[in-house]
Amino acid sequence: MTPLLAASAGDILVWIVWAAAAAACLVSAVAVVSFSDAFYSALALIGNLASLAVLYLLLSAEFVAAAQVLVYAGAIVVMFLFVIAYVGGHADTPWKGGPSVQTIAAIAAAAAILIEVLVVIGVQAGGGELSDEADISGAFGSPAQIGELFLTDHLLAFEITSVVLLVAAVGGVILGSHARRFDEGEAG
Amino acid sequence: MLGPDIAWYLAVAAFLFTVGALGVLLRRNPLVVLLSLELMLNAANLTLIAFARQHGSLNGQIFALAVMAVAASEVVVGLGLIVAMARRRVILDVDQMTTLRG
Repeated sequence: MTPLLAASAGDILVWIVWAAAAAACLVSAVAVVSFSDAFYSALALIGNLASLAVLYLLLSAEFVAAAQVLVYAGAIVVMFLFVIAYVGGHADTPWKGGPSVQTIAAIAAAAAILIEVLVVIGVQAGGGELSDEADISGAFGSPAQIGELFLTDHLLAFEITSVVLLVAAVGGVILGSHARRFDEGEAG
Repeated sequence: MLGPDIAWYLAVAAFLFTVGALGVLLRRNPLVVLLSLELMLNAANLTLIAFARQHGSLNGQIFALAVMAVAASEVVVGLGLIVAMARRRVILDVDQMTTLRG
């Protein structure tokens, strides 16, 4: 097999992986929005996050893909599932009662965003702006490079992120634990 | 670069953002609204990482990691609010929470 044929075979393989991941991503996104039970929506979000991690890997973002699976599918979705189990399923019926004015306006606004963005992408791609990728080394997106950037160029962002997470954790504890005291204050 | 151009990834991100926006606008359960917000944040992340690959600069991936941290914080505060609402026996329906409406 000549190198040219080998390269095109790899190209086709990446296209197939991309198409499968993109299709899974869109189908699971629609499932998240359209399941009437929030529990199934949260489960569909896991599939969405996993297929997005595959897309990140195709874009040579290895560390971000790993962090996506760990942080989102491992931590955030589990937190969602705990809260859904605690609050109760409360299945709402999103598509009952026919289209209202609000529904039609929402769909029109979303379609406007989609068409607008797709037109811009099409124009830019037609002009060749989106096809000449930069050459990257094999270490692009590796944990070593990300960590070095976080501790040199982006040190301030790194530290501020840690403060934001700390404040959010404290806020979550306060919101979750003191609600009953407000009730008693109102009752008394 | 093997496989599709960056434009294809951006198109996927645009669809994902639209689906998330539809969920935020149409669903009334605040838990599902939060899940749809996650979809929108992930669409932005995909765009950031696609452009990081396009320009060969890792700053986009750093930005995506910061967005993930902000998304985690947002989920913690949002779920804390929902738990507090459930404890006060407030009906979990964003259309019925109109106390602050002017």
